[in-house]
Amino acid sequence: MGGLPAGKVEPTEHDYPEWERRVDAMVQLLRLGGKITVDEVRKNIEALPPEAYDNLSYYEKWISSLTQTLIQRGIISTAELGRKMQEVEMRVQNRAAPVRD
Amino acid sequence: MQPQFATDYPALAPSFSVGDRVRVRATAPLGHIRTPFYIRGHVGEIERLCGSFPNPEELAQMRNGLPAIPLYRVRFRQKEVWPDYKGPATDVVEIEIFQHWLERA
Repeated sequence: MGGLPAGKVEPTEHDYPEWERRVDAMVQLLRLGGKITVDEVRKNIEALPPEAYDNLSYYEKWISSLTQTLIQRGIISTAELGRKMQEVEMRVQNRAAPVRD
Repeated sequence: MQPQFATDYPALAPSFSVGDRVRVRATAPLGHIRTPFYIRGHVGEIERLCGSFPNPEELAQMRNGLPAIPLYRVRFRQKEVWPDYKGPATDVVEIEIFQHWLERA
């Protein structure tokens, strides 16, 4: 990052979980459909705060950056995103709730 | 000089030819930049004209990046870029750089 020493490169292989495949597909489809450019996504990855840049995984960076890009483009609004995130959170909480007998 | 890839964007005319010596601008403005930091200020040689493409610095800011800018593959000697380089003196690194980042050396 920013010309700092990167340390040793450790190549690893892993299976892509479903959500990573979906993020990849969304970026490609939005790009091919002319809704966003890969350059905007790159810019928004570079704009992540240093701690986020260091700690997020590859596709976590992509989804953060894609979300920012969609808000900048006016394709989704911050309010819509907030509502949806709450909705999903509720769903996950309800699913995780212990079953009473 | 024939570009490697023909595109039909309205484009700036190429200013450099194969074999020209060029210096990469040594500057670090804000914005989204595709010119690697480590190569800025170094001198290389035009290896080919890749074609002319919309400016990524503009595309990143949601503008159309036109007129398209000639993009060159520039060849640098590893030894010149990394003074402590241990490999053969003939080793090179090739980087694709947009014309507005290059000046005649």
